[in-house]
Amino acid sequence: MLDYSEFLNMVPEIVLTAALLIVFIADFCCPRLGKERVGTLSTIASVMLAVTGVVSAVIEPSTAFGGFYVASEAANVMKVILSFGSLIVAVMAYPWLQKCAANLAGEFYMLLIATLLGMFFMMSSGNFLLFFLGLETASVPLACMVAFDKWKKNSAEGAAKYILVATFSSGVMLYGLSFVYAATGSLYFDQVYNGLFSGGPADADSCGLPANALAIMGMVFFFSGLGFKISLVPFHFWTADTYQGAPTPVTGYLSVISKGAAALTLAIILLKVFQPLVYYWEYLLDIVIVLSITVANLFAIRQSELKRFMAFSSISQAGYVMLAVLGNGPTGVAALTYYVLVYIVANMAVFTIINVVEHNNGGRTDMAAYNGFYQTNPKLAFLMTLALFSLGGIPPFAGMFSKFFVFMAAAQQGSFAAYFVVFIALLNTVISLYYYLLIVKAMYITKTDTPLPTFQSDLHTRIALAVCTVGVALFGVCSCIYEWIAAAGI
Amino acid sequence: MSILSVFVLIPALMLLGLWLAKSLNQVRGVMVTGASCLLALSIWLTIYFIQERAAGNTAEMLLTYSTPWFKPLNIAYSVGVDGISVVMLLLSSIIVFTGTFASWQLKPLTKEYFLWFTLLSTGVFGFFISTDLFTMFMFYEVALIPMYLLIGVWGSGHKEYSAMKLTLMLMGGSALLILGLLGIYFFNGQYSGHYTFELTEIAAAHAIPGDIQNVFFPFIFIGFGVLGALFPFHTWSPDGHASAPTAVSMLHAGVLMKLGGYGCFRVAMYLLPEAAQDLSWIFLILTTISVVYGALSACVQTDLKYINAYSSVSHCGLVLFALLMMSQTAVTGAVLQMLSHGLMTALFFALIGMIYGRTHTRDIRELAGLMKIMPFLAVGYVIAGLANLGLPGFSGFIAEMTIFVGSFGAKPMVGDPNDSFRMVATIIACMSIVVTAVYILRVVGKILYGEVENKHFLELTDATWDERVAVVCLIFCVAGLGSFPFWVSDIISPAAGTILQSIGVM
Repeated sequence: MLDYSEFLNMVPEIVLTAALLIVFIADFCCPRLGKERVGTLSTIASVMLAVTGVVSAVIEPSTAFGGFYVASEAANVMKVILSFGSLIVAVMAYPWLQKCAANLAGEFYMLLIATLLGMFFMMSSGNFLLFFLGLETASVPLACMVAFDKWKKNSAEGAAKYILVATFSSGVMLYGLSFVYAATGSLYFDQVYNGLFSGGPADADSCGLPANALAIMGMVFFFSGLGFKISLVPFHFWTADTYQGAPTPVTGYLSVISKGAAALTLAIILLKVFQPLVYYWEYLLDIVIVLSITVANLFAIRQSELKRFMAFSSISQAGYVMLAVLGNGPTGVAALTYYVLVYIVANMAVFTIINVVEHNNGGRTDMAAYNGFYQTNPKLAFLMTLALFSLGGIPPFAGMFSKFFVFMAAAQQGSFAAYFVVFIALLNTVISLYYYLLIVKAMYITKTDTPLPTFQSDLHTRIALAVCTVGVALFGVCSCIYEWIAAAGI
Repeated sequence: MSILSVFVLIPALMLLGLWLAKSLNQVRGVMVTGASCLLALSIWLTIYFIQERAAGNTAEMLLTYSTPWFKPLNIAYSVGVDGISVVMLLLSSIIVFTGTFASWQLKPLTKEYFLWFTLLSTGVFGFFISTDLFTMFMFYEVALIPMYLLIGVWGSGHKEYSAMKLTLMLMGGSALLILGLLGIYFFNGQYSGHYTFELTEIAAAHAIPGDIQNVFFPFIFIGFGVLGALFPFHTWSPDGHASAPTAVSMLHAGVLMKLGGYGCFRVAMYLLPEAAQDLSWIFLILTTISVVYGALSACVQTDLKYINAYSSVSHCGLVLFALLMMSQTAVTGAVLQMLSHGLMTALFFALIGMIYGRTHTRDIRELAGLMKIMPFLAVGYVIAGLANLGLPGFSGFIAEMTIFVGSFGAKPMVGDPNDSFRMVATIIACMSIVVTAVYILRVVGKILYGEVENKHFLELTDATWDERVAVVCLIFCVAGLGSFPFWVSDIISPAAGTILQSIGVM
């Protein structure tokens, strides 16, 4: 007999479902083509996301349905952060919605909340089934969001690529999960852990044990499946086209929120479930991190289209995020969560600016459009510079702190391989700084006869930018943010 | 709350003031007020420090203060000064003060220029007061990145190339540095059981085994050495200096390059003493090359700024050279050299900037007879030149004399190839003195004396009041340090001794 009161343990998800319904009703109630329609809906969605964030921040860790649903402290902290990030997306999407999709604003916000709901379930799953459900709930609405500018060829193409890759990677992952089930006889995280562990801890000596071989294969397939979602090299081929084709707010959402959720889930599952296989996944991670960071950085240098450029930058940032998992402990998870938070504010600042520039200048997103940007729009250029410095890891902005902490988390492991990966990642920070500085150079130094004309950004953009800039400036220096995250543990 | 934090607080307030400033006069007002406060504070600090020492306070660091910052990671905001940091702070505030006047006329985007300029100074001051490795490193990077925009936007010549090259090379250095810091943190924690970023605690624990020290020492020494123009990582320096606007060159050669030497000594050698003794001979060879190669390169340059940039490579090489000798006299000389080189080079770059601002060329083949046209600047240039080649009475002589005396008598270290290695290196490095005289006198003779070839130059004017302030201040300091060296070396020498004792070579 199902105990319905157990639903009450899933407070953030319930609030988010309520948000979904409220936006749905509001969408009906708003006059169909009223002038304030987008503004009203955006306000409602933002308020509901803020409420979700606050609720996630105050509730205690909980479980429901016999360990099917496990909201750990780390997951709750991540929920706060992702609600906060989605809030920024909801606000900054305003100019785009107003211009391109005013009558579809309700749908956009519903999809946004629905995919966030999927991520919440994914992060607080205690069973691979719920994890998979959450993942799909997150993926399908996201594909619709990518295709939102459906009259643009790019957007449709990006969505097609995204949905194909998403289903393919889900297939790979399910295949892997079936191996895990075969090896351990369960899909519950703790039982899988025990099942793997009873085969003896896997280390150099037990390499190739038949009992473990299935589980190892399952783990590798599972890893590849999530690797697609986080867009780690070599699973990154969809990223650039999808990012370029998607509407800019959706690109921002893809690059920070969905990536952050998937990264945390992967970290938690690797640390909690596949811990007995640590010997194997550590090497897997070493290779994938080095590849992600290096390959993406080298590709990013050659991009002249800003959204493609940010796509490669986000692949390399994903590599840095995974660096934290190498630490194999609570410090690593804290560093990962903190990295995601800092990455959200910096990246959303960049995307907000790309978005507002795009909608004031006939859809231009190429890098040459930013030549001489400082002369005509000094404030936006300055904020963009701060955000890029943060992405490049320059103090006193938050990015340097988050980078340093993931390096610390990785080096904590103490092996030669870990130091080597950190070293490669460090050298790559120099390369990444080079291409971030290319944009700074375009804005400040390159002379042009036809800079973008001066324009006034709207209120929503300003709010989003103000929030992001405060984050970029203070999330590092104010240690309380990190301490709050670190207090959560795994 | 220590008074030292004010060194960071003032630039932070200056940033706020600049952000709010509406007119050019307000910007200048903020800069002059802030820079004067910093100068006054550092003079007060020097006097206070001398008095405390005279009163018998022998603590290694004075005015210490520490508060946890990122508690779960054992990162703290800790400050404290010893004799070496005191003189470095004094130097920095002098350069910032004179740099403000040297960029008085700068256009366009004056406000933005001073914003980045002040951010750079924040980093420099923060670096010298920090005693926590993480905080120190953070300030170090704060000081580096404004250079990109300062050179890229307000520079001249191949400014985009130089700015990018400089930024990437210095950031490459700091990437090595992070790895070294992580190594020190984790291995010190592992062997001493106490994870900390605190400099003095790590040095006191002395827990890291020698072979691990040998792994991380090159990372840190090269990481800081890039900024200290260590051969072969010095190539950013000539291009960067040549393209930078005047005050940035001053700040750069005057202060920023000192961060390198200071860091090498304070972090690499202080925290990894065994490795310093084992490996110093390798870096001694590199620094000897820096010294001689820099001086020889300066002889064949035709651009005034390139000449000085290579001369800086040579002189900064001498700083690292003397530090690696690890004798109290040589290290005292090294710090004196940092001070002296900072002041002299700032003076040089200020004068070159002023000359360039009038003649619009820095090519020595096109300049001649400036003594008749702009006597004030020309006399300043002669003084800077004589100080640079080590004329007694100026700071250069004191510093180089101390360095060579200390180095010649330095004890051989365990890692040295043979016992006379340090003497041979000293003798080779000494040759740079002669070469310095060659390139300085060549330039002075060529550009200041002789007939005026370009008739347009005859209409040029001498220095304006703001330029005179900058030049007179710096000449006063150079001559003051040269005439009364002992009050400074008395501050430095005990601090150097303390660190060398901790390294175990005294």
